[in-house]
Amino acid sequence: MRYLPHSAHERADMLGVIGAADIDALFSAVPKSALKSFDLGLPAHQPEFLVEAHMRALASKNHAAGDGPFFVGAGAYRHHVPATVDHLIQRSEWLTAYTPYQPEISQGTLQMLFEFQTQVAKIMGMDVANASLYDGSTGTAEAVLMARRLTRKNKIVLSGGLHPHYRDVVKAYLKDDPDLVCLSPSPEGQGDILQQIDGNTAAIVIQTPDFYGHLRDLKSAAEAAHAQGALLIVVVTEVVSLGLLEAPGALGADIVVAEGQSIGNALNFGGPYLGLMATRKEFIRQMPGRLCGETVDADGNRGFVLTLSTREQHIRREKATSNICTNSGLCALAFSIHMGLLGEAGFVRLARLNHFNAIKLADALEGVPGVTVLNKTFFNEMTIRTPQPAAGLVERLARRGILAGVPASRLLPNDRSVDNLIILAATELTTDADISALAAALTEELA
Amino acid sequence: MSMNTQGRPTGVGTVGTGASGSALIPDEPLLFEIGDTEHSGVDLPDVTFSGDRLGGFARKSKLDLAGLTEPEAMRHYVRLSRMNHSIDSGMYPLGSCTMKHNPRLNEKMARLPGFSDIHPLQPVSTVQGALEMMNQLSHWLLTLTNTAAVALSPKAGAHGELLGMMAIKAAQEAKGEAHRTVVLVPESAHGTNPATAAFLGYTVKPVPAKDDGTVDVEAVKAALSPDVAAIMLTNPNTCGLFEPQVIEIAKAVHDAGAFFYCDGANFNAIMGVVRPGDLGIDAMHINLHKTFSTPHGGGGPGAGPVVLSEALAPFAPVPFVRKTANGLELVEHIEGDALGRVTAFHGQMGMYVRALTYMLSHGDDGLAQAAQDAVLNANYIKARLQHIFSVPFPDYPTMHEALFDDSFLRDSGVSTLDFAKALIDEGFHPMTMYFPLVVHGAMLIEPTESESKQTLDRFCDVMAELATDAIAGNKERFTSAPTKAPRRRLDETRAARQPVLKWEKPADLPQAAE
Repeated sequence: MRYLPHSAHERADMLGVIGAADIDALFSAVPKSALKSFDLGLPAHQPEFLVEAHMRALASKNHAAGDGPFFVGAGAYRHHVPATVDHLIQRSEWLTAYTPYQPEISQGTLQMLFEFQTQVAKIMGMDVANASLYDGSTGTAEAVLMARRLTRKNKIVLSGGLHPHYRDVVKAYLKDDPDLVCLSPSPEGQGDILQQIDGNTAAIVIQTPDFYGHLRDLKSAAEAAHAQGALLIVVVTEVVSLGLLEAPGALGADIVVAEGQSIGNALNFGGPYLGLMATRKEFIRQMPGRLCGETVDADGNRGFVLTLSTREQHIRREKATSNICTNSGLCALAFSIHMGLLGEAGFVRLARLNHFNAIKLADALEGVPGVTVLNKTFFNEMTIRTPQPAAGLVERLARRGILAGVPASRLLPNDRSVDNLIILAATELTTDADISALAAALTEELA
Repeated sequence: MSMNTQGRPTGVGTVGTGASGSALIPDEPLLFEIGDTEHSGVDLPDVTFSGDRLGGFARKSKLDLAGLTEPEAMRHYVRLSRMNHSIDSGMYPLGSCTMKHNPRLNEKMARLPGFSDIHPLQPVSTVQGALEMMNQLSHWLLTLTNTAAVALSPKAGAHGELLGMMAIKAAQEAKGEAHRTVVLVPESAHGTNPATAAFLGYTVKPVPAKDDGTVDVEAVKAALSPDVAAIMLTNPNTCGLFEPQVIEIAKAVHDAGAFFYCDGANFNAIMGVVRPGDLGIDAMHINLHKTFSTPHGGGGPGAGPVVLSEALAPFAPVPFVRKTANGLELVEHIEGDALGRVTAFHGQMGMYVRALTYMLSHGDDGLAQAAQDAVLNANYIKARLQHIFSVPFPDYPTMHEALFDDSFLRDSGVSTLDFAKALIDEGFHPMTMYFPLVVHGAMLIEPTESESKQTLDRFCDVMAELATDAIAGNKERFTSAPTKAPRRRLDETRAARQPVLKWEKPADLPQAAE
């Protein structure tokens, strides 16, 4: 077996040194009834080329986003990842290192995380960011719990514009919690979240651009929340938007959570992704997840370490801020390299190009008879109302090779009012030809 | 030299003498010290448009992001990378972390556009190959564990643990047993276990270990009461031992109306050799990044699918895949008792591809051989070193980890930490230290099956030589270590007392004299 270094001869030698008669002697603590008492019936080991053929056959049954016009978003976005990013993250020293528990021989990972935290804090306009969380959805649940710890109040209000999966994750984390208020989906606009804030409110959670693509007014939300001693948690599922939209921190956000997949990371059918979290300086001791900090070594040289770990489970055990043990290190590296390549100039251009293509998409969709674009504001994503149920329509367009977006009913199956809504995104990869093909196909399907 | 508010050097070229920045050990300024807001390594058209749709929410605050051209970025990240130890460059015997070889075929397969360039919400009819892949992975996991259901979506081991305990909580509530508010956790458990139980509102009740390092079935029986919802037990345990009474413990737990959560962090020792389902477990997470070789990536991303017994299967979260007459269906919404969703989308697809590739490469024969070799290697280290290192639990053969305590260092003035740092100067990554907590000055060594006999021999020679030197009183070698790494020991107290968590432009900081 190509991955196992020992020869039969070496195994025998080693058993001799141990003084064991055979390998089973080393498993003597295992109850007899449970040791190799079965035939698994799984295939035996295979050469690399056969495994590759097997996996390629599975992959070929999928319609890849690059195979045709593609407008699917709703929390995961197809952007170009520079070749340099994927090359670098596959270097052995990045790929096959672990959590930097030994800082003297992990300065690469640690300095990168320090740079990453700085980049995230800057784009969000916040004081500090952590070294990443699993993804945007679990980050949102963690932010809600953090707000409760900070305010010692319980009521949490989730905006109707929050991604339904994110809402569901918060609901699972706070199972049956009477103080969790989830507002109804609000595809038409802002909703009434500010009226929900009262003296018992720990936080309100607002996503912008929201699930339907609308841009939300964070400044008035922050003012309303702060007036009652509540926190504003801002969720961003399309982090590219921050190249063009005002930073949540500049508008009064207390905790910002984002899905960072758009920068440096492929779609990957939903994972691995990258949770970003940033907050105010005074809140860091209640922030979950790893933090990297600057210090000096015994010679006085600048260096970096994981720090403030007294918040974490391996020290605090049942008193930890969270049970989180890992971050999303390699995805954070990909984000940081891509963001380093973009720089301010590139990041702003990327955001402008996304918005530019989305405007073209919106204009083209407005021209399709029977279709209404619901958004007055958007960044790179919008919702349309169609005269037919969206699920079937999207399926028929897929058969024509066009992946036309997400029927809202896919995420909200029990809400009949969204049956005719499709959420569509454009990115820098969307071409004029893609948009024309979509508009033409949609016109034909609706004729 | 510019200093920040804490009086630390912040600029380029402020790194002092030391061992850095010479020969093949690079030193590297921060991205923000070499890049600026005008440089970019990406060519994008600068589009102009009138009439944006931003509704007055356009950015006014400055971004101030540093950029690098492609050659500069390449050099920055390559130079940084060289300051890391990695599996590919040397043995990484971190106990409990299973730092095994990461086959590159796995990486190649995960990057096939049919896996990497598909969207979690595109029509299910266009991703049948992805669902089939998830089904095959599920089949392998269920077969290797002899369990009834698997939830693939958790993002990491601790996330899987959370899901497994949520399922147990939901199952207890469904039985009308919501009054069960206690979870038993042995003292040797990973920190995530009590953290997870507490997160769900449970009271954690510790179970003491026996002198031989295993959990006593009588102590479990004594701790069980009508208030107990579950036990969280790691098997093989964190001392590297297989729990010999695990079947009796499972029976006692079930008889008391509680569930058995098994921390599967150490599954690498028994895959293909012992099926946890045969031991009576109800839920167990499987760290794909440990047992099934998906890369650790500098600390994630992980993946922590959870296998569930018949009793817990109805409480599995969405999403899951099921077979129908029209092909594979992805169930994305709650049915019946399920507990909902623990992450957006479908979990760590990229990790599923790598894990299945690894399984197919090994086959069931190769997986069993890998487990046996992992155990063989750990026992070999123990056998070669037990004449000089102290073994806290000598009664049983060890599984995939060799555990030593620090009594061999008594009166030497050398701590476990010092000893580990000296190992760095010899070219090895240190073992896990001070864990499990039940052993004083613990050193937990997990070689994995990936290490050759030659490497193990060299590691043992170095360990023995270090121990001899420590006992001989050459304290300085240990307390000053490491001296050959890119950095000497770092001041962690200073980092925590005066946290500097991001870079600030020196001009923006008050200048401090020191």
